[in-house]
Amino acid sequence: MEAYELTGAQASEKLRRKEISSRELTKAILNRLKSVEPQIEAYLTISEDLAMKQAEEADIRLTSGMDITPFTGIPIAIKDIICTRDIPTTCASQILKNFLPPYDATVIERLRHAGAVFIGKTNMDEFAMGSSTENSAFKITRNPWDKERIPGGSSGGSAAAIAADAAIVALGSDTGGSIRAPASYCSVVGLKPTYGRVSRYGLIAYGSSLDQIGPITKDVMDCALLMNTIAGYDPRDSTSVNSPVPDYSCACGRDVKGLRIGVPKEYFLEGIDPEVENLIRAAIAQMESLGAIPVEISLPHTEYAIPCYYICAMAEASSNLARYDGAHYGYRARGTDNIIDMYSRTRADGFGIEVKGRIMLGTYVLSAGYYDAYYLKALKVRTLIKRDFEKAWEKVDLIATPVAPTPAFRIGEKTTDPITMYLSDIYTISLNLAGMCGISIPCGFTSAGLPVGLQLIADIFKEDTLLTAAYAYEQSTEHHKRKPPL
Amino acid sequence: MEYEPVMGMEVHAELKTKSKVFCGCSTTFGAAPNTQVCPICLGMPGVLPVLNKTALEYTIRTAIALNCRISEYTCFDRKNYYYPDLPKNYQISQNYTCLGYNGWLEINLDGEKRRVGINNVHLEEDAGKNLHPEHGGEESLVDLNRAGIGLMEIVSEPDMRSPGEALAYMTTLKNLLQYLEVSDCKMQEGKLRFEVNISLRPMGSEKLGTRAEIKNLNSIKVAIKCIEYEIKRQREILSSGGKVEQETRLWDEATGTTRAMRTKEFAQDYRYFPEPDLVEAYISKEWQEEIGKNLPELKDIRRTRFIEQYGLPEYDAAILTSSKPVASYFEECLKIYNNPKTTSNWIMTELLRELNNREIEPDECPVSPRHLAAMVQMIDNNIISGKIGKQVFAEMLESGKMPEDIVREKGLAQITDTGEIERVVENVLSENPEAAEGIRAGREKAMAFLVGQVMKKTKGKANPQLVNKILREKIHS
Repeated sequence: MEAYELTGAQASEKLRRKEISSRELTKAILNRLKSVEPQIEAYLTISEDLAMKQAEEADIRLTSGMDITPFTGIPIAIKDIICTRDIPTTCASQILKNFLPPYDATVIERLRHAGAVFIGKTNMDEFAMGSSTENSAFKITRNPWDKERIPGGSSGGSAAAIAADAAIVALGSDTGGSIRAPASYCSVVGLKPTYGRVSRYGLIAYGSSLDQIGPITKDVMDCALLMNTIAGYDPRDSTSVNSPVPDYSCACGRDVKGLRIGVPKEYFLEGIDPEVENLIRAAIAQMESLGAIPVEISLPHTEYAIPCYYICAMAEASSNLARYDGAHYGYRARGTDNIIDMYSRTRADGFGIEVKGRIMLGTYVLSAGYYDAYYLKALKVRTLIKRDFEKAWEKVDLIATPVAPTPAFRIGEKTTDPITMYLSDIYTISLNLAGMCGISIPCGFTSAGLPVGLQLIADIFKEDTLLTAAYAYEQSTEHHKRKPPL
Repeated sequence: MEYEPVMGMEVHAELKTKSKVFCGCSTTFGAAPNTQVCPICLGMPGVLPVLNKTALEYTIRTAIALNCRISEYTCFDRKNYYYPDLPKNYQISQNYTCLGYNGWLEINLDGEKRRVGINNVHLEEDAGKNLHPEHGGEESLVDLNRAGIGLMEIVSEPDMRSPGEALAYMTTLKNLLQYLEVSDCKMQEGKLRFEVNISLRPMGSEKLGTRAEIKNLNSIKVAIKCIEYEIKRQREILSSGGKVEQETRLWDEATGTTRAMRTKEFAQDYRYFPEPDLVEAYISKEWQEEIGKNLPELKDIRRTRFIEQYGLPEYDAAILTSSKPVASYFEECLKIYNNPKTTSNWIMTELLRELNNREIEPDECPVSPRHLAAMVQMIDNNIISGKIGKQVFAEMLESGKMPEDIVREKGLAQITDTGEIERVVENVLSENPEAAEGIRAGREKAMAFLVGQVMKKTKGKANPQLVNKILREKIHS
């Protein structure tokens, strides 16, 4: 087994046993990058010098045997929406090209303390707006399983990097499915934590009431370990919740006997690819064979999730993105006549078409005369969607669903039709609106060899239940061990 | 036709918290541009606001003092508009649930008490300042030191009917905010700003006329000038059969007029929506009660205390306590030199006149309590006369020098040397023998003339009691 193929837990074990140094491991990843990156283009910035410096420091720590964490010396890829004070943070946008934030996101601070090695920043849809990573202003990332296809989005770079062994673990962010969808399309594990579980400080905002940072990893154990590092209260984020963080790795290995798994009938209606449905049903059957109890449930407001999401997220986005005006930092259009001209030209040149569309939509739904009809109505629908879940928790411990209705689609296939693109998020969006946590784990491949992910959803702060079930399922299958043909 | 003006006011008061309302930056006034900033108040990508609890407490305190009902849960909203002094291009404010609402403030108008309704009190963040080139330069500069300082907005009902009522409202509110220790209300530093909504209607009519909103009023004096101008402007329009436009107008200090900024059709749509980065703040009944119980010493209590503790006449106590910084200034003086009545006299006349003329607060005045107390002590010790004191006071205002230095440098010390006074007295008596004769004949009036002559020759520096005594001795000897 090559060093770059190791999971985080395996690599950490080897580092502790001095079977490998962090420098060797980091070099292995950087070499792997040289061969796979031209094929998949997962990264926007590769921070080779910083990585080697961090690896050296990690080796000193490992040699001293003091203060070693599961991520000391482990190479990690970071979605380019998370602020890093020594690597440019662009959100895959021209408007933040070369932007170097003077601060670290809280999760980055935590990873620095843990001794992690930052390989670089990964590609994404501009400002996380998209489901395919095709909306990046800089490059198109390819799915390692089929280079003609998208890796999913918006955390497509992080998922592709993990699938291609171009990092050991990665961070993504999820507003409407941006961690889980690419994890599903790339056959890796991706977890969207409960809203408030992980600090958003330093996560460049898209839809503030929906955004969460989460792990994208090769297996469930790494996902649990990364959660241990990044989760927890942060006084700098008022929406982070001050409640204790359990040791998530302990959740991996617990029994799933008697765990009630809800199967919402609304998630298996029209639009789902029969191959995907079969794989999901098979996965649920597999969990049943492990002792879990499937229960049919209903989440009646599911059909309103997409319009509700697009109103809430775009309203917030229109305001969150107002700060990119050329006045204080980032790109500024030159040769403008006055301040309004400067604003318009900067934003016209600096933002891509999808971002501009969403800003306009968000501006529209907040405008006088439309606020009640759209935004306020959407907030009410959001409450109903949340209640659907709360009712479900009276009957079940988890919910199992597909992550996406189809496997990864072809590059360019949906770019001209935003509505079908938006519909691909149908199974992931509801839980962001409800603030619940969810995970995508590999559950097989279609006849064409394309990966499919199973989504498990749990109530707020029940990441441990999620991980228990995900781990049990993963350990009883081989899907996560399959590697793409690179 | 007679018209009645109807006015409402929005008052912005900068909170005197040590740090800004959503980040830890200092709020000290006058620092070099852009030195009191951080990624949060600069609105950089990915940063988040955290509410300053003291700012919330100050706003609750104000709402309580303004007899408002307090929201149990208070939320913040984003007010969206583009301007370079607003780095996020939205202001965190309160729109859908204000912290306090439905209150009132009692004003006293020529002895008659009236209530002005308070629609709401809410908390928001201040913007920075744009600095435009004075002589047609190319670029404007932005100073964000002020951006993110806690700002309280107090919105009145349209309950004022005359410039006098508006003046009483502004003054009473300013004094209250100072007594509450929530804002130092320094108008020169832009810490207290006014916006006036004003309309006219035919006397006796119940229906409100079309209003103009005037922004940018940075002092009480300016606000009153503006109100007077605006009443006149609208009356002229209405009298000649015209219609007042509903619009936002700007006060132009240079011309003493208001001019249209934007009309209703171009009114900004602020697209308010709930601020997702902050959670709602819970204000428990217990917390409210605790804040209500621990209000700082307010005006009426302090006035009574001044009468009892310092033996001041009611009149003095009322004037000194009408402004908290003045009352505190008075007590500071007494800590240094304890002569309540003389100190009170100096504050009520010389000091207050200067403060009012300049629209400044006592701590912005070059004459500090140290200066005044030292001067009062010099008068009590017969080093200078009260009359010379006025000269010294003016000099202190001018130069900020201590009184003893001024007296020494200008040679203003009283002449208490009896030998010297005797020489001048003899001189005066020999020049005015008929006056001395008159006094001996019982015409006391001439005495004042002779004292005046002596004072003139000594340039006012002779001790008047000594002059009197010596004159009498010489005349009757």
